[in-house]
Amino acid sequence: MFYREAGQYKSNYKADMAIFPLREDKIGIGVIILAAYSLAFLGDSFLLQAVMIPFLVFSLAAIGLNILTGYAGLLSLGTGAFMGVGAYACYKLMTAFPDVNVIVWIFVSGFFSAAIGALFGLPSLRIKGFYLAVATLAAQFFLQWCFIRIPWLVNYNVSGALDAPLRTLFGVPIIGATATPQTRYLVVLTIVVVLTWLASNLVHGRIGRAWIAIRDMDLAAELMGIRPLQTKLLAFAVSSYYCGVAGALLVFLWYGGAEYDVFNINQSFFILFMVIIGGLGSLIGSFFGAALIFIMPIVLGIVLPAMFSPFGISVGSDTIEHLRFMIVGALIIFFLIVEPHGLARLWQIGKQKLLVWPFPY
Amino acid sequence: MSFRKLSLGLAVATLVGGAALPAFAQDSVYVPLFTYRTGPFAGSGIYIADGMHDYLQMLNERDGGIGGVKLALEECETGYDTKKGVECYESVKGKNPVVVNPWSTGITLPLIPRASVDKIPILSMAYGLSASARGDIFPWIFNPPATYWDGMSMIVKYIGEKEGGLEKLKGKTIGFLHLDAAFGKEPIPLLNELAKTYGFEVKLYPVAAQDMQNQSSQWLSVRRDRPDYMIMWGWGSMNGAAVKEAVRSGYPMDKFYSVWWPSEDDARAGGAGAKGFKMLNWHSVGADLPALKDIQKHVVDKGLSKAPKDSVGTLLYNRGVYNSLLIAEAIATAQKLTGKKVVTGEDVRRGMENIKLDPARLKELGLEGFTGGMELTCSDHNSHSPAFMQEWDGTKWVKISEPIQPMTEQVRAQLDAAAKDYAEKNPGWPKRTEACDKAS
Repeated sequence: MFYREAGQYKSNYKADMAIFPLREDKIGIGVIILAAYSLAFLGDSFLLQAVMIPFLVFSLAAIGLNILTGYAGLLSLGTGAFMGVGAYACYKLMTAFPDVNVIVWIFVSGFFSAAIGALFGLPSLRIKGFYLAVATLAAQFFLQWCFIRIPWLVNYNVSGALDAPLRTLFGVPIIGATATPQTRYLVVLTIVVVLTWLASNLVHGRIGRAWIAIRDMDLAAELMGIRPLQTKLLAFAVSSYYCGVAGALLVFLWYGGAEYDVFNINQSFFILFMVIIGGLGSLIGSFFGAALIFIMPIVLGIVLPAMFSPFGISVGSDTIEHLRFMIVGALIIFFLIVEPHGLARLWQIGKQKLLVWPFPY
Repeated sequence: MSFRKLSLGLAVATLVGGAALPAFAQDSVYVPLFTYRTGPFAGSGIYIADGMHDYLQMLNERDGGIGGVKLALEECETGYDTKKGVECYESVKGKNPVVVNPWSTGITLPLIPRASVDKIPILSMAYGLSASARGDIFPWIFNPPATYWDGMSMIVKYIGEKEGGLEKLKGKTIGFLHLDAAFGKEPIPLLNELAKTYGFEVKLYPVAAQDMQNQSSQWLSVRRDRPDYMIMWGWGSMNGAAVKEAVRSGYPMDKFYSVWWPSEDDARAGGAGAKGFKMLNWHSVGADLPALKDIQKHVVDKGLSKAPKDSVGTLLYNRGVYNSLLIAEAIATAQKLTGKKVVTGEDVRRGMENIKLDPARLKELGLEGFTGGMELTCSDHNSHSPAFMQEWDGTKWVKISEPIQPMTEQVRAQLDAAAKDYAEKNPGWPKRTEACDKAS
């Protein structure tokens, strides 16, 4: 009723090609962004620090992997390592040049990750599918090996861990222990919004269409004049850039210090699951996937004890943990069966149904 | 696919979740216990979790808490995963916890800078950042009773004594089998230093975290090099796998030493051949102390514990008890210092700094001979306590030595360098502002 196309005329090509052609969609996205910002002032520190910041960080990493796997069709298991490159690069840069604002270094650190990603993307020209996944697995193990063995990366820290020295933005601490969850959240949110907007423009433009063409049939794409090497390497570079920035955010704005082990193979799988559950080739799917894989267990951890307690059953934290695993696992299978194209597809169907509501056709 | 049902379900779930956050009474002291009963390290985590929980629960049941104040215990499951550990920390932060024990070096590290801001002391018992033994730089972090450097110096000292003096180590080879992570690599500088001083040779056998259960290549090298002694710095499944491999490759077990983390199960993994395997420890094994019997009576027999009856008194269970003993002592000391009954994190930090466990106090607690004396001060948050050597006799651990003093001088040098390094790398690391209590 309130959400319909009727009466909205598109008078030029630009309006027709817009990402959000409907007025309601434009308003909707504005409301979501506004709500996200106002959450900084309404949410408590647990919600911001333990739920929203990691959710946004994982969403950003999922966008990164989605560009590579969802849009360009290149399967990668090196996400964790590429995140690590961003984190370590950011650490080196911010300790070597403490006077430059750390926000600059967060964005710059992504370029290091992009370079490494492009390097490990070179084999993608010759190998595809599962074989490429194995090649990127090599990147994961090699880079992880570097994180452990090269003490220079952590400034010869005895503990071998990254730590987050105090850094400020406009005089307000954003990194370090004194930074409040509120400021951290605002910084992460702004970075994620900006990068998502950039990604949206990328995937809807010439570059994005080239990626999709390569994904759907690389031989045909090549015949149409798309150069596979450049396109694939660009996909690797852009994807790794996003992962790198996400890695830097993860260590410095969420954990505030981390060991190399954070960037292990499990992290790569974690992000890959988000992308698959959320929907391959969809930006909003990356957010959905991150929400399902990361926020769902937290919600279950709060909901389950509350559901048992009225009946006088007290369950231990370990039982809750086992239940979390089982329920999340079952939900993943459930969603994959009812909608193999991910949550993003569900969202799309829902929107379409709303468009024609109350008439079914 | 019915969207209506799905969205309805989600909405209900969110509503239920929002309405049900546990509340804690104001007249109790909130002690969160970070445990890992799930995940790859649950094999050791369950014993530790039971020990920690049961001792404090026993105080609740027997004495009505500490100083007349009940302890509100709550376990938070970390699965030994940094991500979940940090989530646990955030979820307990708002409930005024008096102390946090992360039980994982990976979780400890991100919490170190936050401790002073959130005013929550962190007790990382013999793990975490060794440099945090310096109370003047890390007022909120405590890692008693010994650092890994202390442990390494004790093992080398013990080996030296067996050889008839440390100078007899000249020309010998010591193999160092370690987890290839910050934890396992930490003692290497000290080992190299000692090697230079006493003229022995060090051979390193790193084990990557993903290869913990497959150490055949390392033990092949051991077989080739035939080091005179082997020292192990392992955790979780690495310990059991190493014992098994050592037995299989025919390494003389009486020359195989470990830091304090292997459990009975790890030693048992080697079968009968594991006899003679030695490890450092600082508390007794077994359940024939009054306090441990009280745990049996007041907690386990009443069905308030998750622990099976026979796990009380095992090595890692008692390790958990030791951890809780420190928590309880810190709370009791804080009550004495402040005169308050319901203490806060700031009070417990002061209490922790004034912990004094001497034989008399241990006897009072029903833990006579459980552990050696231990005293923390304002500047020393570790105490560098001696530990003893125990040997696996095929079925249980047997204490075989008197407490071994660490080589204080060498450890001190490492510690100061590391603490200075940490503070230097973190410009703006806050200067200690917390006042020191006079030794009582």
